[in-house]
Amino acid sequence: MELLSGADMIARFLQDEGIEYIYGYPGGAALHIYDALFRQDKVKHILVRHEQAATHAADGYARASGKAGCVLVTSGPGATNAVTGIATAYMDSIPMVVLCGQVASHLIGEDAFQETDIVGVTRPIVKHSFSIRHPSEIPEVLKKAFYLASTGRPGPVVVDIPKDMTAPTERYEYVYPKKVKLRSYNPVTRGHTGQIKKAVEMMLKAKRPVFYTGGGVVTGKASEGLTDLVKQLGYPITTTLMGIGAYPQSDRQCLGWLGMHGSYESNMAMHHADLIIAIGARFDDRVTNSTSKFCPTAKIIHVDVDPSSISKTVRADVPIVGPASSVINEMISLVQGHKIAHPEALTEWWEKIDGWRADREGKLYEPSKPGEALKPQEVIEALCRVTRGEAYVTTDVGQHQMFAAQYYKFDKPNRLITSGGLGTMGFGFPAAMGIKQNYPDDDVVCVTGEGSFQMMMQELSTCKQYGVGVKIVNLNNASLGMVRQWQDLNYKSRHAHSYMESLPDFHMLIEAYGFTAITVNTLDELEPALERAFADKHELVFLDVKVDPFEHVYPMQVPLGAMRDMLLSKTERT
Amino acid sequence: MRHIISILLENEPGALSRVVGLFSQRNFNIETLNVAPTEDPSLSRLTVTTVGDDRVIEQITKHLNKLIDVVKLVDLTEGNHIERELMLVKVKALGAARDEVKRTVDIFRAQIVDVTPSLYTVQITGDAGKLDAFLQAMAPVGILEVARTGVSGIARGDKVLSL
Repeated sequence: MELLSGADMIARFLQDEGIEYIYGYPGGAALHIYDALFRQDKVKHILVRHEQAATHAADGYARASGKAGCVLVTSGPGATNAVTGIATAYMDSIPMVVLCGQVASHLIGEDAFQETDIVGVTRPIVKHSFSIRHPSEIPEVLKKAFYLASTGRPGPVVVDIPKDMTAPTERYEYVYPKKVKLRSYNPVTRGHTGQIKKAVEMMLKAKRPVFYTGGGVVTGKASEGLTDLVKQLGYPITTTLMGIGAYPQSDRQCLGWLGMHGSYESNMAMHHADLIIAIGARFDDRVTNSTSKFCPTAKIIHVDVDPSSISKTVRADVPIVGPASSVINEMISLVQGHKIAHPEALTEWWEKIDGWRADREGKLYEPSKPGEALKPQEVIEALCRVTRGEAYVTTDVGQHQMFAAQYYKFDKPNRLITSGGLGTMGFGFPAAMGIKQNYPDDDVVCVTGEGSFQMMMQELSTCKQYGVGVKIVNLNNASLGMVRQWQDLNYKSRHAHSYMESLPDFHMLIEAYGFTAITVNTLDELEPALERAFADKHELVFLDVKVDPFEHVYPMQVPLGAMRDMLLSKTERT
Repeated sequence: MRHIISILLENEPGALSRVVGLFSQRNFNIETLNVAPTEDPSLSRLTVTTVGDDRVIEQITKHLNKLIDVVKLVDLTEGNHIERELMLVKVKALGAARDEVKRTVDIFRAQIVDVTPSLYTVQITGDAGKLDAFLQAMAPVGILEVARTGVSGIARGDKVLSL
């Protein structure tokens, strides 16, 4: 039997749980815990420069690895600074455990210094939260937190730890709980066999089927199975932004991604389909456009581990509650040995899809002419070539995010790391930092814009402290591009506060931290600069790429329209 | 349509706020709410009446079930059930109205549980409709104060909501 203080139990538990990195920032209420972390060397604490960055870094790691990220912050402002990152993880179902210091129990409710009811503040943006009420609870509560965060539909869990719970003088028995049980929490492990059979029958009989798969396939580690199933059937597949890479994008059956800025062929195929096989996707408003006009001729099979995602916005004809991986495997075994009922219809369907593809081929954007500003799309295409499509690509939010998702070709899951649900500017750089520390031998690049980057650029200091060699590609159009695009389309080009006046000299800024910055103005300079940036895996390099400020992201769905209603360029629409 | 949802909830601090928060967060509607511990001190029973079409009610029950503190729930309106609410009302009872109030209390099978020279405090139990009707009948006399518990309910027959 081992007697440990609450603080030492936390440090010990994190070791036993196999946590390698914890991202955080110290402060009064967390100091006992920090002292315990200092007295051990298995769990490495990464000191960020703002708590929001700690959550994004842990989130980035979680998205790349599929394991829960871990954060430690102090009470009050430390915890409230983490809120945006917790909400980001919640919206994209990312496993994360956030340990928050709290003022001592006897002070709670007295508006003590640095006191915030963080359990209350985060209640709508967590999967669950705990408050520690006795030090002896710590091992079990932490185990429950990690268990809840990473099973079922994953999500962030907050653990509120009053300072007296971690006092070094009070010691209790510590045993690492290998397993925990919660009587009210039993995530489904497989789908209903009858429903799966019914779904497979419909799949085999479909004439114009489309797979529509989302982040649930990535977090559910079901990419391989999905690829098998889709290949066996020979059906087209489109993914959500969050589902990119779950099926190789370079394969002919992949139509790209769908929705507001999805590919023309994806949105057209969805609109004309007679069967939509949705797996791990949630019919989000950025996908469906107007739900009343959504896919008028399609029956819908919807597989999701979260029953509340099914029939939330669009009614499912065959709902299947279950994890993507086991449902897909069951579908594969049911499909095997069966032929599709209408191969001629499938051929016709593909002809139609190939027609849509051909319609837009070579017309996606207009490349820059010599002497003109670079197009952001060209930059992403070059980035994809230079990194052979194998990098971890994190993004911030806005036009550059859409360009990165459209023009980088992802053949693997967990490679596009982006804040899809919450759309958090500032996410990309700290997320890249979290990934790079865990995957030091891989290329990790943050595609950002000068607006987003300035929201979290203080993390350059963290990268300096820990020698984190991420690459940053700043698509600098000197404006908040997506805001500006909407102002062009809906506000007669009145650019209210979308112009970034007084930008810093990024070159000097980056050099002030001792890193390399390269400014790119022309197409000739682009590839050599990228090659230079990626030459050394362990060096942070910042590319300030000056791009055309007038460029828009297309296709763009017309608001309140159907899937097929899109603007295709500044002058064309469907 | 009006639904009565009964929930067995972990008797933990903060559990109630998760349920109530869910309703406001997701734009669902709470008409009445009633909560107290059960015979098992680790569980509370919470009964909420809400209004919504089938799609909304389906979402409400699914989201409630997702809350870690919700152990079990039932939509009582899906089957035969007993619905009760308790109300305490202070009504003016002066002059001729004093007898009239007493008679109405008898008609509604309510009870007068406290008396002063100028008012009666009435206790009445029933479904929400009966309580509403009593208030309507008392309105001309003069209602001074109303305290309602909100609806509580239980399924008829052998069906039991327990672990």
